[in-house]
Amino acid sequence: MNNIMNSLQRTLTALSHKEPDKVPLFLLLSISGAKFTPSFKSDKGCSIKDYFSDAEQVAQAQMAMLERYQHDCLYSFYYASAELEAFGGETLYFDDGPPNAGAPIIRSVKDIADLSVPVPQEIPVLQRILKTQQLLKQQAGDNVPIIGVAISPFSMPVMQMGFEGYLDLMYKDQDSFNKLMKINEAFCVTWANAQFEAGATAICYFDPVSSTSMIPREKYLQSGQTIAKRVLAQINGPIATHMASGRCLPIVDDIAETGTAILGVSTLEDIRDLKQKSAGKITLLGNLNAVEMRRWTAEQVETEVKKAIAGAARGGGFLLAENHGEIPWQVPDKVLMAISEAVQRWGQYPLDWIDDDAG
Amino acid sequence: MIDFKHYAEELKQAILSTDRIRAELMLTELGDVSTQDFVEKIVVPTMDDLGNGWEDGSVAISQVYMGAKICESLIVQTNDPDAKFRQPQLHFAITVLEDFHLLGKSIIYSVLRGLGYQVDDFGRTTTEQLVDKVEQESIDILLISTLMLRSALKIKELRRKLEQRGLDIKIVVGGAPFRFDTQLWQEVGADATAVGTSELVPVIEKLTGEAKQ
Repeated sequence: MNNIMNSLQRTLTALSHKEPDKVPLFLLLSISGAKFTPSFKSDKGCSIKDYFSDAEQVAQAQMAMLERYQHDCLYSFYYASAELEAFGGETLYFDDGPPNAGAPIIRSVKDIADLSVPVPQEIPVLQRILKTQQLLKQQAGDNVPIIGVAISPFSMPVMQMGFEGYLDLMYKDQDSFNKLMKINEAFCVTWANAQFEAGATAICYFDPVSSTSMIPREKYLQSGQTIAKRVLAQINGPIATHMASGRCLPIVDDIAETGTAILGVSTLEDIRDLKQKSAGKITLLGNLNAVEMRRWTAEQVETEVKKAIAGAARGGGFLLAENHGEIPWQVPDKVLMAISEAVQRWGQYPLDWIDDDAG
Repeated sequence: MIDFKHYAEELKQAILSTDRIRAELMLTELGDVSTQDFVEKIVVPTMDDLGNGWEDGSVAISQVYMGAKICESLIVQTNDPDAKFRQPQLHFAITVLEDFHLLGKSIIYSVLRGLGYQVDDFGRTTTEQLVDKVEQESIDILLISTLMLRSALKIKELRRKLEQRGLDIKIVVGGAPFRFDTQLWQEVGADATAVGTSELVPVIEKLTGEAKQ
């Protein structure tokens, strides 16, 4: 039996491809924090827009969720379009789902010439995220990893110009593509490093466009991978590259070459195959089905948690999470509690039950 | 005698390598092939192949998108492009519910046009706008693409509002939430879902048969 570790020790041990005391559980809870505010619990309610307007409120909710679900990370992510706001874009808020990017800010290729690199400290929502990270660091110290987020420069244009326009740019206009990447890369590096300075332990580098669901491997090697190598080399801390539900099995080795420590993987791929390819090279983060889990029973939770642990947790190099990078608003508390309990029950190393279950 | 299988494979390879010129050369080589033969014997099997590849993970969405665009432009260059439209037609519309991720809609729109279905593109809509448009345009079959779970769940509300106005239409849903939760389309009251283009064609054929009755 391993000695009991704190969340940071548990995570770092897993990242070094060794077995900690138990499987680290990363519940990437963002908007769900609104349900943990005093006003949500009272009759007044707390809209998701209101929730993200107050950095202190977000930090308190993160701490409350850490306490309730006994998981292993604090997630300072607000919503993806916070970074679009830095470029002058708009965010659309809803009462029952994540804030979403408004209309693209690049309406024609000519608009790229007018873009400049935003300064995170001058953007209100990014200031609030940095403030949240400072508060979390004050409260959690070095006991719990604080996860920040930076959207990959290569995936950012989906919000900046729409996916269709971006694919046309990527395939037909290399010069303009390069100009946009130069701006996005500079912003991504600055933004990621500002978060480390504020207290983040690691940055989740969301890069779904690099997924083989989105572009073929050959294109990734020419674009997403080259960009990731350049960017990650300039970021002053550990990175988790996340495919946000996209597939990546054929490019696991290529992603590992970018210098990332962690890879967020999809439920569409078999976790055993992913583990086989990643063992000793890169830690897997995943791959519970985030959409389906809102209607899981306690029995289903146990089955899915056991399946993921049995497939990938042996030898460390595995953090249990859902596969998209954010727990949906519709996932009820009882499911999250059941996941936490299942990890407590089935996630204790050395995981001897796996052999027993295999018969 | 034209070897249609050979040309379908040639078109697929041109699409996978994003080689529009190669695809156009293939069309030139085919000479005066009829639009109907080109669509049914080359475009449909090619898009089916790409759709199957998307489902099994061997083809990326960028390739499906480029494929749909290339096929659409080739059809326009055939002898009688308007002849492809099926008669008589039911009234189709396609939309993205409540977000700006329009790629999936664009692909399906191009594929259906390529296959001879006339489709109204409603662009991005809310449930309220959609109910009005369905009524005003007398839509028979509505295709809805969503990216976010909350938008997918809104379809239940849409169905209720349509029923309140006595609008009994067929709804086909697609997009990430339905791909990750295979029971979701039934939960929201849709008539069908299709993960890729290869699943969509039989679904449409079945529903058009039902809608005509």
